Amino acid sequence: MISVEQLEVTFNPNTAMETKALRGITLTIPPGQFVTVIGSNGAGKSTLLKAISGDVSCDRGSVSIGDRAVTRWSAPRRAKLVARVFQDPLAGSCADLTIAENMALAYRRGRWRSLAFGVTPGMMVEFRSHVSRLNLGLENRLGDRMGLLSGGQRQAVSLLMATLAPRKILLLDEHTAALDPKTAAYVAKLTREIVEEQQLTTLMVTHSMRQALDLGDRTLMLHEGQVVFDVAGEERSRLDVPDLLRMFEEVRGEELANDSLLLS
Amino acid sequence: MSWTAFIGALETGFVYGLVALGVYLSFRVLDFPDLTVDGSFALGGAVAAVAIVQGMNPYAATAIAAVAGGCAGLVTALLNVQLGILNLLASILTMIALYSINLRVMGRPNVPLLNQDTIFTPFEQLSWLPDRWIELIVLAVVAIAAKCCIDWFLASEIGLAMRATGANTTMARAQGISTRGMILLGMSLSNGLVGLGGALFAQTSSFADVSVGGGTIVFGLAAVIVGESLLPGRSVWVATLGSLLGSIVYRLVVALALNVDGLGLRSQDLNLITAVLVTVALVLPNARNPFQRLLKWGASVTGRVPQ
Repeated sequence: MISVEQLEVTFNPNTAMETKALRGITLTIPPGQFVTVIGSNGAGKSTLLKAISGDVSCDRGSVSIGDRAVTRWSAPRRAKLVARVFQDPLAGSCADLTIAENMALAYRRGRWRSLAFGVTPGMMVEFRSHVSRLNLGLENRLGDRMGLLSGGQRQAVSLLMATLAPRKILLLDEHTAALDPKTAAYVAKLTREIVEEQQLTTLMVTHSMRQALDLGDRTLMLHEGQVVFDVAGEERSRLDVPDLLRMFEEVRGEELANDSLLLS
Repeated sequence: MSWTAFIGALETGFVYGLVALGVYLSFRVLDFPDLTVDGSFALGGAVAAVAIVQGMNPYAATAIAAVAGGCAGLVTALLNVQLGILNLLASILTMIALYSINLRVMGRPNVPLLNQDTIFTPFEQLSWLPDRWIELIVLAVVAIAAKCCIDWFLASEIGLAMRATGANTTMARAQGISTRGMILLGMSLSNGLVGLGGALFAQTSSFADVSVGGGTIVFGLAAVIVGESLLPGRSVWVATLGSLLGSIVYRLVVALALNVDGLGLRSQDLNLITAVLVTVALVLPNARNPFQRLLKWGASVTGRVPQ
């Protein structure tokens, strides 16, 4: 479960560059719900994710994950509750470490790390079975450096890595945006499978309205740091991309200025 | 080249091999440009020499010297992590401070270790081999043992976390790794190795001197870079082997250059030769370049575009 109350985040406060990224967002996501988040550039989507993961500290408001109030926790401490996949395929893994070593890092997320060997034969067996489900032929390449993989392969492995250790929530930050359409579709399908299989509480930011409606069971739209609408269930299943655009215009009472929202 | 010069070069190569391993940890693994080593190398020598002169067991003295080096590294890391001082500047501050501290530790600029027991003494009494050989063998064993320990450490769970910290901070934090803790630990280990190198250097050359640390960072970096060109490869054990080998090869090349009369080089040219060597290695295409960011920064200030 994720619970966010009256969350406010301001960048460069008291300067000419002052930006109010989040303006009092309140949001509750029950366990097992898959929420997609859309909004134009600068709407605060990524900031919301970062405020939940602990990368951005909030000026006001509170964040709880599961039943824990984590507002004052650092990002590494929150990692025992939060699994993440980033937009940039390079950001979620270490290029110079092998696939197995990257997975071993994720395997111990939120747990005590000792001087025992980082990658054991037992782990290799487990990792191989995890990787084989990707059908990317990575089973026998666990010893290869991560940097040798394509962006799509790295993103697929990052997604697997998010599921290796126990977690309360999964945060996906436009994790298909940097991929070509075919690979993006593959990663989206994989996301749906993994989330359904493990009943993950998920918050996914996306640039694609299509994806926002196809995946998950609830959609939020952010604008200027606020939730402008929130649809789920029956109402959401009747929606299509043009409806979403129209709703956005109605709610804001203004024309869509940002083309990036229309493109997909 | 004379036999003595050859053995001497090998000895120095192994001693600075420890420095190279430390520099590998800070520059390569943690991506932390650390100049503390100039101070912690001299600190290791100073602490070991003073402790030995005061009658302490040389092994205990050497261990304390390594710990002292580690503390110096910890100070640099704390300046960076706790106070948010830029890593390079933090290390320069510690290095400057250590000059005074080393003078305080020794009470004067130079402490001779003549006719004192060193870590080599028990072996020299046991064996019929010449003392020079014993020193070389002990240094080689220490350096290779340190290399193996680092290989093992970097393959452990904590070691993987440390490599992730240097390679991708965002990812490391997302995996629950305390990147601050890793910088503190890694910098201590790195400078501990350098302190150990300083202690061994004092015991092989029979003195500790406050100025002995000058340029240590460049020697260490030269060894790492020479090692990388000799043994390219990204796995840890290759890189650490390269650092040791780089240090030895570098010392042999320098010894050779100094011994060729036609070149007219003298031992006082050592720093110049090293600086030229490192410059060439840094500018060479495809060299992994820890100063890249500094070059870019320099270019943005001077308006010149680096190659």
